[in-house]
Amino acid sequence: MRPLTLGRLLFRCGILAALLFVVVVVALKMGAVQVSLYGLGRDLIRVLLGQSSAISTDYGMIVVDIRLPRILLGIVVGASLSVAGASFQALLRNPLADPYVLGVSSGAAVGAIVALIIENHLALSPELAGLITPIGAFLGAAITIAAVYFLGRRDGHIDSSTLLLGGIITASFLSAIIMFLMNTLAGSNLRGTVFWLMGDLSTPQPRSLLYFLSFGFLVAAGAIYTTASDLNLLLAGEKEAMHLGVDVPRVRIVVYLAASILTGLAVSVSGAIGYVGLLVPHVMRLIFGADHRMLLPASALGGAIAIVVADTLARTIVAPSELPVGAMTAMAGAPLFIYLLRRRLT
Amino acid sequence: MSIPLRTPIPSSEQARSASDVRLSVEQVSYAYAPNPSQAPLFTLEALSFHAKPGEIVAILGPNASGKSTLLKLISGALEPLSGRIFLNGFVTHSLPPRARAQRIALVQQESRLLFPSRAWEFVLQGRHPYGSGLRFETQNDVIIATNALTQVGANHLSDRWMDKISGGEKQRVILARALAQQPLLLLLDEPTLHLDIGAQVDLLHNLRRLAAENRYTVVVVTHELNLAGEYADQVVLLQKGKCLRVGPPASVFQRELLEQVFQAPLSVEMTSSGRPRVTLFSNT
Repeated sequence: MRPLTLGRLLFRCGILAALLFVVVVVALKMGAVQVSLYGLGRDLIRVLLGQSSAISTDYGMIVVDIRLPRILLGIVVGASLSVAGASFQALLRNPLADPYVLGVSSGAAVGAIVALIIENHLALSPELAGLITPIGAFLGAAITIAAVYFLGRRDGHIDSSTLLLGGIITASFLSAIIMFLMNTLAGSNLRGTVFWLMGDLSTPQPRSLLYFLSFGFLVAAGAIYTTASDLNLLLAGEKEAMHLGVDVPRVRIVVYLAASILTGLAVSVSGAIGYVGLLVPHVMRLIFGADHRMLLPASALGGAIAIVVADTLARTIVAPSELPVGAMTAMAGAPLFIYLLRRRLT
Repeated sequence: MSIPLRTPIPSSEQARSASDVRLSVEQVSYAYAPNPSQAPLFTLEALSFHAKPGEIVAILGPNASGKSTLLKLISGALEPLSGRIFLNGFVTHSLPPRARAQRIALVQQESRLLFPSRAWEFVLQGRHPYGSGLRFETQNDVIIATNALTQVGANHLSDRWMDKISGGEKQRVILARALAQQPLLLLLDEPTLHLDIGAQVDLLHNLRRLAAENRYTVVVVTHELNLAGEYADQVVLLQKGKCLRVGPPASVFQRELLEQVFQAPLSVEMTSSGRPRVTLFSNT
């Protein structure tokens, strides 16, 4: 017997964090404008020391003001989506669950668009206006996952095929709503439509929103993490978990709300990026096993790595043009989804 | 098979209640209706029985007689319509999940795992109700889990994957997880289902020994008349939600009664050990 210890948990997370750091450095370096590693290091240290004014070169501007915020945004978005995916998989006892596949991301997108439309009609202060989109996205996500959950329920049990079908149909329906809203109320805006449907990190977001996102991620992911060992038992079923001392209704509501918050936060700044929440937890499970005490932090770090890599590829692969990051994740994620589906059927 | 005798897993509440009644089911009834406005589809009429530490109670009856419902009521998962179930003076249904899991372990018909785990991980889950926070397992937990595996003779399975072992082996690991909970009350829902005859006898033999060694009160739902007759101290005989008789096997196993309940011609004879043995005849 080799139960998980805190030391092993921290060691593994340390390796992943180091990997994330390497990926971030490479991502900062890559792009239309080449940057030297030396210049990169010098500028980053200046930023950390609060001497941003000392960076005068255009290169520094590109790295610090354009690439770095985008990468940091990607880290929070990737971590949020992956933790949400791992949580939905445990909560719904379905290895194919993912915010995007279940339509939760589309629901969040609809919520965010509705919030934007409402915001245009209310004369709010800029700080408040910035928060209304994430809140709308959270509400959209929470309502959608509740709807999909009840669609997938039969005779008091969750039927996994019905759940998936219900989610996919919901996603399709909500995508149509997004199209409708974007082309009527929000003013015809094709780029905006692609943003919400496919997911994109190229839209610059205010710095205050990044802080808000990071804070929201820590709170919601932290809340889920307090139930990590309960989620391990939930994998065997709600009844079994209850008999092993899990307060099932409490865990269900905590994870349901927190995963909706995570999805809402991510979608409100990056649109509906697909398959990260599916792909990353599965890869992490293959490497580290299904123990959620390890899986959740590993998924957060792995999700951050995955999005930064995917977004760097999206930026550079067809340079000087750009792909939406959602296109990259779907190219990797959709085949994996089919593989997992086939393996489950055999 | 021979299983070496091990030190029993002690439990905090055992000492002070070793001699008196541990489980008492008092005039418990239940009605199941899909919604409150309709007449109930199934009712369990009021029944009572009491069990001491170290006793095995078998719940017998044909399908849809209310066996599993009674077990769920005892486990605290269902709230009785009337009456109460006490475990060492606590109402089982009112115990919070953790406290309940420290006192009652339930071995259910096997459920599919979403992601495979190793046998030792599975057994360590039994320590969940004792952990706090992130519940990193302590050395003590590992000792208790290892001990539990040893008690069911499944130490060699520790590193095997749960989906790669036989039904009988899996049943032992599931039992070991229940033992790792260090319960006062061990509940089993048709544990012999899917097991071959050798494994069935083995399991019941294990239960008998564990009940005696660890002073568990064991309640087992089963279809196996002869295993119940051989191993149980008390039998609760149910039919269509009615409790027909409670008592030692020798008094419950009456030919006319069993024939009427199970709708099959049979004979009952006493073995040299004073245990009843049932033989079924074909109808032709």
